[in-house]
Amino acid sequence: MLTTQGLTKRFGGLVAVRDASISANAGDITALIGPNGAGKTTLFATVAGFLKPDAGSVTFGGRDITGMKPHQICDLGMVRTFQIVKPFGKLSVLDNIAVGAYARFPRRQDALAHAAAIGRQVGLGGQLEKIAAGLTVAGRKRLEVARALATSPRLLLLDEVMAGLTPTEIDEIVPIIFGIRDTGVTILLIEHVMQAVMRLSDRAYVLNEGHLIAEGTPQEVVREPAVIEAYLGPGAATRAQSFASRNAS
Amino acid sequence: MVRITTLALLLAAVPLFVQSNHLLGLFIAVLFSAYLAQSWNILGGLCGQFSFGHAAFFGVGLYSSLILQVDFGWPAPLALVSAAVAGAVTGLFVGFVSFRYGLRGSYFALVTLAFAEILRMTASVVSFTGAGSGKYLPTRLGIEHLQFSKSGYFYFILVLFVLVHLLVLAIQNSRLGARFAAIREDEEAASALGVDVFRYKMIAILISSAVAGVGGCFYGQYYFYTDPHIAFGAAVSIEMLLAPIIGGAGTLFGPIVGAVVLRVAAELGQSLTGGVPGFNLILYGIMVILIVRYMPDGLIGGLRRPWALMRRRPTATAG
Repeated sequence: MLTTQGLTKRFGGLVAVRDASISANAGDITALIGPNGAGKTTLFATVAGFLKPDAGSVTFGGRDITGMKPHQICDLGMVRTFQIVKPFGKLSVLDNIAVGAYARFPRRQDALAHAAAIGRQVGLGGQLEKIAAGLTVAGRKRLEVARALATSPRLLLLDEVMAGLTPTEIDEIVPIIFGIRDTGVTILLIEHVMQAVMRLSDRAYVLNEGHLIAEGTPQEVVREPAVIEAYLGPGAATRAQSFASRNAS
Repeated sequence: MVRITTLALLLAAVPLFVQSNHLLGLFIAVLFSAYLAQSWNILGGLCGQFSFGHAAFFGVGLYSSLILQVDFGWPAPLALVSAAVAGAVTGLFVGFVSFRYGLRGSYFALVTLAFAEILRMTASVVSFTGAGSGKYLPTRLGIEHLQFSKSGYFYFILVLFVLVHLLVLAIQNSRLGARFAAIREDEEAASALGVDVFRYKMIAILISSAVAGVGGCFYGQYYFYTDPHIAFGAAVSIEMLLAPIIGGAGTLFGPIVGAVVLRVAAELGQSLTGGVPGFNLILYGIMVILIVRYMPDGLIGGLRRPWALMRRRPTATAG
């Protein structure tokens, strides 16, 4: 459904994403993981049209969308959320979600009805009239998902929707994400919470300092020495190995 | 809708009870201020693009209406339409050069201010505006000339006032209004959700400046005169933005409340000081400081908040 070919994004002398080729298959949940500053959000922003790549291409649904504007990409059926949530603070939860719904339903009553249904789907049903600025962190994360979902996307890009949540709140949002996938929406997500990645994703890509260093099932990638070293520092993989064999003997 | 209609009907009865021309003039002034404030509110309040130079659109409407009637013999109703068009064209131009290059916030405000100043200086030197001596409209009483008795002017501005409020209400209850609000709250999030930010800002400034242009035409019909300072002066721009900010930008009734408060304050100031020139500006300044400090959402927002808290309290203690 989504493929990037050799995607590169520079900020002055810093190469935030270098030659990244990833793909998200229809119906899957694909995860993008990596340490802080690895370039995950930059890759997202480039895919969704918020940044222009310096090289490479983005193909969505068989169509080259490189360099398109975010609203055009949204019209085609790809939508992103923001890691630092951006609620429309003075609007109600329902009106927030309706902005997304208007992308598919021009008439007010249709858009509001769709928005209310989406709100219930993500568990905000009881808070639709609340002003968005008054939501808790978990509520704002859900609102971020709901607004994006209301645009009826084929591909949903979720940027760390579990960051800052308590384990209980994470347990609540995981089934919501599975539920979205089960309605036929393909999902590409950035996540730091490894436990969630292991549970959720069918495939995972690991990004470090702008490079892709591993890909595969989540169980495979967490055993890759390069991945362990990216998270824990050089030599960590061998130390972990010897530690494991020592304990075994 | 109900509240606007009620307000309109109540106001329509005013000339039946008010005989004093001075008092009727005061009503006209307040309705006119509210009308212009609502024009600013469409761009600044609904869509969040603060203009500091709305006089540019008002003034272009005013001058074009007078020039077309006086020098080209156009009938007044046609001049009214062309004032809307002239205002809109000016708005589209200012909008294009600002929004195309992503100017936001204070940068956009400065560009609009600069445009109004450029127009003011141009109008005071070129000959077809009458330069510094201004432009007069000859008196020709009659509805076909859009010139009326005092109560006739009252109904003229009342119709414009009602129309602009119905327009704002319609915008608020539509996709257009939802997208304006999204742009006001967060442009990036809006564009992620499929809103073409540039296009919708252009629509906002188009509507707002056309409304301001019509306001300019009304001014010309009512006062029969303009000069560069009246049309493009900073005082016009400031009055247009103060009323919505004091009353509550982005709300339907905020501009009305703001216009009433400003006018009452100005009249009180005049009578208390015996007409010291510029005293109303000092009052305006004090009011803005107080409002921005204590009621950042304006009088409407500021009064709504404690009310909402009061109503919420029982459920809050129960939970």
